[in-house]
Amino acid sequence: MARRLSGDLDEDRFKPLRLMNGVYLQLHAYMLRVAIPYGTLDSREMCRLARIARVYDRGYGHFTTRQNIQFNWPKLAEVPDILADLAEVEMHAIQTSGNCIRNVTADHFAGAAADEVEDPRIHAEVIRQWSTLHPEFSFLPRKFKIAVTGAARDRAAINVHDIGLQMLRNEAGEPGFRVVVGGGLGRTPIVGPTIREFLPKAELLSYLEAILRVYNRLGRRDNPFKARIKILVASVGGDVFAAMVEEEWQALRGGSLDLPEEEVARIAAYFASPPFEALPAQDTGFEAMRFEDRDFARWCRTNLHAHKQQGYAILSISLKPVGGVPGDATAEQMEAVADLAERYGQDEIRVSHEQNLVLPHIRLRDVHAVWQGLVAAGLGAANIGLVSDIISCPGLDYCNLANARSIPVAQRIATRFADLDRQHDIGELKLKISGCINACGHHHVGHIGILGVDKKGSEFYQITLGGSAGEDASLGDIVGPAFSYDDVVDAVETLVETYVGLREKGERFLDAYRRLGPAPFKEALYAGH
Amino acid sequence: MPVIKDGQLVEDDWTFMPDSVPLDEVSRPVISLARWQGESRALRVRNLRLGLRLPNDADPAAVGAELHRFALIELEFPTFRDGRAYSQARLLRERHGYLGELRAVGAIGRDQYFFLDRCGFDSVTVAGDEAELARALEGWFEAMAEISVPMQPASDRRPPASSLRERRRAAAGAS
Ligand code: SF4
Repeated sequence: MARRLSGDLDEDRFKPLRLMNGVYLQLHAYMLRVAIPYGTLDSREMCRLARIARVYDRGYGHFTTRQNIQFNWPKLAEVPDILADLAEVEMHAIQTSGNCIRNVTADHFAGAAADEVEDPRIHAEVIRQWSTLHPEFSFLPRKFKIAVTGAARDRAAINVHDIGLQMLRNEAGEPGFRVVVGGGLGRTPIVGPTIREFLPKAELLSYLEAILRVYNRLGRRDNPFKARIKILVASVGGDVFAAMVEEEWQALRGGSLDLPEEEVARIAAYFASPPFEALPAQDTGFEAMRFEDRDFARWCRTNLHAHKQQGYAILSISLKPVGGVPGDATAEQMEAVADLAERYGQDEIRVSHEQNLVLPHIRLRDVHAVWQGLVAAGLGAANIGLVSDIISCPGLDYCNLANARSIPVAQRIATRFADLDRQHDIGELKLKISGCINACGHHHVGHIGILGVDKKGSEFYQITLGGSAGEDASLGDIVGPAFSYDDVVDAVETLVETYVGLREKGERFLDAYRRLGPAPFKEALYAGH
Repeated sequence: MPVIKDGQLVEDDWTFMPDSVPLDEVSRPVISLARWQGESRALRVRNLRLGLRLPNDADPAAVGAELHRFALIELEFPTFRDGRAYSQARLLRERHGYLGELRAVGAIGRDQYFFLDRCGFDSVTVAGDEAELARALEGWFEAMAEISVPMQPASDRRPPASSLRERRRAAAGAS
């Protein structure tokens, strides 16, 4: 998609990119992050990433929680070569500098999800273009991130972004956005308040300009830890902030920021659906395979999702094999995925912020063949959404801000729950690990969150329960004193067993926790101590 | 301190006057917002040619309809990272219809010139020796030439990419 978008790359588009890369070069000496706009890739781009992993790195790359890929071991002298290689497929390294509007992210099932009102990437792209070198908002109090989802089911974590937008229809059936502002994780985690229930689609940019103007003028600039918009919104209150934006918007709206329909249509054309075949809703071959092959059936249960087009499915590829590093993929695996996408998947691949890959458009009749290809490449883990589908930041192994290791903890937990039948019995459970308070592993919004802390020079882990990044967003509660590196896996198992013992039929871990509260979990964890 | 204005380096003929200093010592005084608010009645009758320096946390609406009395408004950049004055500038131009000279004072460099121009500034202060001033002016021209088509409307007359496409479409439709 980046390639197709930049097929339109005229002078005005090219210059900002060049500037961004120029800035970037001076920044990251040891680690190179490559942008994957909206997490959307084609096979050619994926093969190029594989090549970079093989030639310049140690044969693998790491997909991160920000829908991009990170190479941990490039030699500084080779960075210009890597950038040149990327540029050949119109990709580039990430602009990580400056307090401007940074990346705009969207649901990784965009354009495929059965429940979406519209492909959220269209307006994510509208926003990206509007914010590129914005003259008024390039020196904000702090960096600024926007997420867009096209569906009621929130896969883009819109409640924990500076601005979150959810597409919906009003009573008249017109499409628009619900606007959430001032959410965020990090040191001060906040679930953002909704400041507008319905914003007509055509007026999106004038409303965003009003929010950004209020923030640019009133956001704190005296302390970088207090400068994000969430602090401003929390200090005046969501209602007051909404009123301030409303006043500014009333003065702004109706101007030249309203996008002509033709312009939106022009952008939408880049995200047009691939040609779908008219297929029956059921595929007998697929059903038969599911019946015959237990492993395949189990994989289908977690890794397939409803597609908007009958006869198709969305297919998640887990990058969380037991004992592996969450988000890592070898060059060979990337090539295998590229090949499957090209042969069966309309040449589209997505990267999810849960550090997995997605093939968004697979015919039901091809699902079994794709699965076999994935299994052959060591990508057959049937654990999407289960306890071993862990999000983990790099932690002490790669990050010098860390208090504690995260990846080895993820690996030990996954190994403890290696029995797939047991995982499937436990059901949906989102476990997220951060190595320090910066919360890159999003632990606040894990059903079980694990935070590395430093206790007198040794690694300890604080556990939070009941967080969620979805449409029912909430922040986890700290359950009690932290656990040592040796004890933390036992603690997780105790929590899971407590849940299994107390759950009602069909109740997820999160729902059970919300019903029961922390008491039984605390009791189980600390009773003997 | 010289300024870049209309693509030229010119000597600044305005002088910022601290609140306690009488204004008749210079021909073109710039006064603080506090002074204007405190002495506006006295100042109005004197019919002076005045400039106003707005602190960057001030709302231009605080001066309101009297903005047109000022031939110059200075907006402050205590560091280049503090971008509040860009919003003030656009409000002055687009909401309050201010037509006088808008000037950026403070810590601004080449990388900000394009943004200044887009937000409606006419002039910017520059400091340094002769060589540095020449470089700054060169930087100004480079900055103006760097991006031919911006991606969003602002206070300048550059049509953004979307409206150019619209015009092209309209032209194509008419022919
Ligand atoms: S959460 Fe902390 S340890 Fe983990 S990647 Fe972020 S800064 Fe590093």
